[in-house]
Amino acid sequence: MSGYVSAQLSILCLNIIIAYAIFLPAASGQLNLGAGGFAIIGGYVGAYLNSSFDGLGWIMPISIPLAALATALIAFCLSFPILRTRGVYMVLATFAFAEVVAGIVLNMEVVGGAAGFPVDGHADISVLAPVTLGVVVFCWYLMSTRFGLALRSVHDDENVATLFGINVRWVRVAAFTLGGLLGGLYGALYGHQYNYIEVQNWNVLFNIYVLLYVLLGGTQTPYGPLIGALFFTFVPEMIRALGEALNSDLIADGRFALFGALIVLMMVFRPEGIVTRTLIERIVGRKSALSES
Amino acid sequence: MLLLQQIINGLMLGGVYVMVAVAFTLTIGMLNFLNFTIPALFMISAMMFWATMSGGFGEGFDALFGSVLPIGAQWVVAVVLALLAAVLCSLIIERFTYRYMRTRYGDATEHAIPLVSSLGFLIILEHVVIMIWGTDPLSLESPFGSATFRVGGLLIGIPQLISLLLSIAIVAALHQLLKRTKIGRALRSIAENPDTALLLGVDVKRIVPVVYVVTGLLCAIAGILFTINYRTVGPYMGEQVATIAIAGMVLGGLGNIWGAIIGGLIVGLLEALATYWFGADIVKVPIWGLLLLVLVIKPTGLFGQSAIGKGKF
Repeated sequence: MSGYVSAQLSILCLNIIIAYAIFLPAASGQLNLGAGGFAIIGGYVGAYLNSSFDGLGWIMPISIPLAALATALIAFCLSFPILRTRGVYMVLATFAFAEVVAGIVLNMEVVGGAAGFPVDGHADISVLAPVTLGVVVFCWYLMSTRFGLALRSVHDDENVATLFGINVRWVRVAAFTLGGLLGGLYGALYGHQYNYIEVQNWNVLFNIYVLLYVLLGGTQTPYGPLIGALFFTFVPEMIRALGEALNSDLIADGRFALFGALIVLMMVFRPEGIVTRTLIERIVGRKSALSES
Repeated sequence: MLLLQQIINGLMLGGVYVMVAVAFTLTIGMLNFLNFTIPALFMISAMMFWATMSGGFGEGFDALFGSVLPIGAQWVVAVVLALLAAVLCSLIIERFTYRYMRTRYGDATEHAIPLVSSLGFLIILEHVVIMIWGTDPLSLESPFGSATFRVGGLLIGIPQLISLLLSIAIVAALHQLLKRTKIGRALRSIAENPDTALLLGVDVKRIVPVVYVVTGLLCAIAGILFTINYRTVGPYMGEQVATIAIAGMVLGGLGNIWGAIIGGLIVGLLEALATYWFGADIVKVPIWGLLLLVLVIKPTGLFGQSAIGKGKF
């Protein structure tokens, strides 16, 4: 595998994991614009546990899960105040959370502040790929369980979900916490993949892009985030390759502008995301028990 | 004395945040839509202003305008171009967010579509500017020099003072527009319920673009004032300013124009004082920490109404 391909695949794996981290709360109707906050916590906890020079020097199989669990714990504690807010307020509260985390870590000298923080253990594609596969399979399975149904019913109508005996509050807390777990996992893996992290990796644009992965892929089915992450990872690269093939600087330089235009057009033609329940019904040719709504 | 100077600086900076925060709060209050293109509109107008003033359009453009206008009047063209660009972009954005949603679904707020489309436009506009002028911050000669005066040892910049007064005046005018004129009444009825407004004879399709035009104008004026005061522009300036303006808007309460003014001034003050006491790096923590605290304790902000912003997406 050439260096370029494995680098692209690593990015893809990381993007898929963070997309599912945002998908789980989004499936229950909560838009989380604070992906960066989770990523920073996971990344820095993982780095601190693993780094032998400034940190504790623990091995990678311990540092990564611990980082994910620590992030999940923070997400759990945070979910109670944040879930009091709704709609636009929730988007802004999660965004504020990410900004506060970024601001605090930027000023923590123990993890290097603005200079960034090195990580010793290296997680290459042979680690990333199985973990990503595990995350995807876990989320697909989760959405097919009773809990997944509960998530979707909360998304569609909270009051009806309550009438059917679903504890809406706990479903939301669980979705948010699981999202935090995956977000922390993403951050820790990112640190171990690049052996170096800095807060600026997870800025405002990162938060926006991750939310777009999920909304463009579609929140109705568990396949959406996968497609969204694939789209976001490969389409800009494809436009760049196209620009190079046509020898056109305009296309190569303007690939993100073109990409933004694609996003707008996607919303015009497929407002519920690329993958929807009806699309899957059409492809599979039958109605599954889960896709009636 | 130094503290008092910082308070003045904070209020001046707050003036810019006020305009952007009012633009946000207007779209959210009237159309229930968090318009993420506002940072881009702010940035586009600032870049237009810079480009006209500093030759960013190339020599042909400058020669053309130099032959028509005297040198001193260049800034008039710059202001007009900046306003035009922002309004034009805003109207294009209206087609793909509010109008599209309403014609197709009869309701513009049930889905996340306007939000996502506006994020798409933010990406487009930012990268178009990056394509033309690159990512580096660009500097500009102020057309009015560095006019300042002193009041008992306090340094007050005249452009800054004018911009603070101008922003409050514009917002007051906007308030009167909403309160007294026919368009204002129509807008407020749309804010209550677009369908009822339609039944009562409000031409929703023609009134809604007014919100976008006003949004564009507010962003453009804020962008121009920011450029004159701080004399640097860049493709990412919109994000930096507008995210703090969002914090100001939420502090004041969504949909409340006077709340946005107070919120904008509070974040301006907070930014200046936090920089003064703790340094520039940490400035985001108090602002966003305060916002998080307010949202958790009083989720509608300081003066907000509870009905706004609760749409399901």
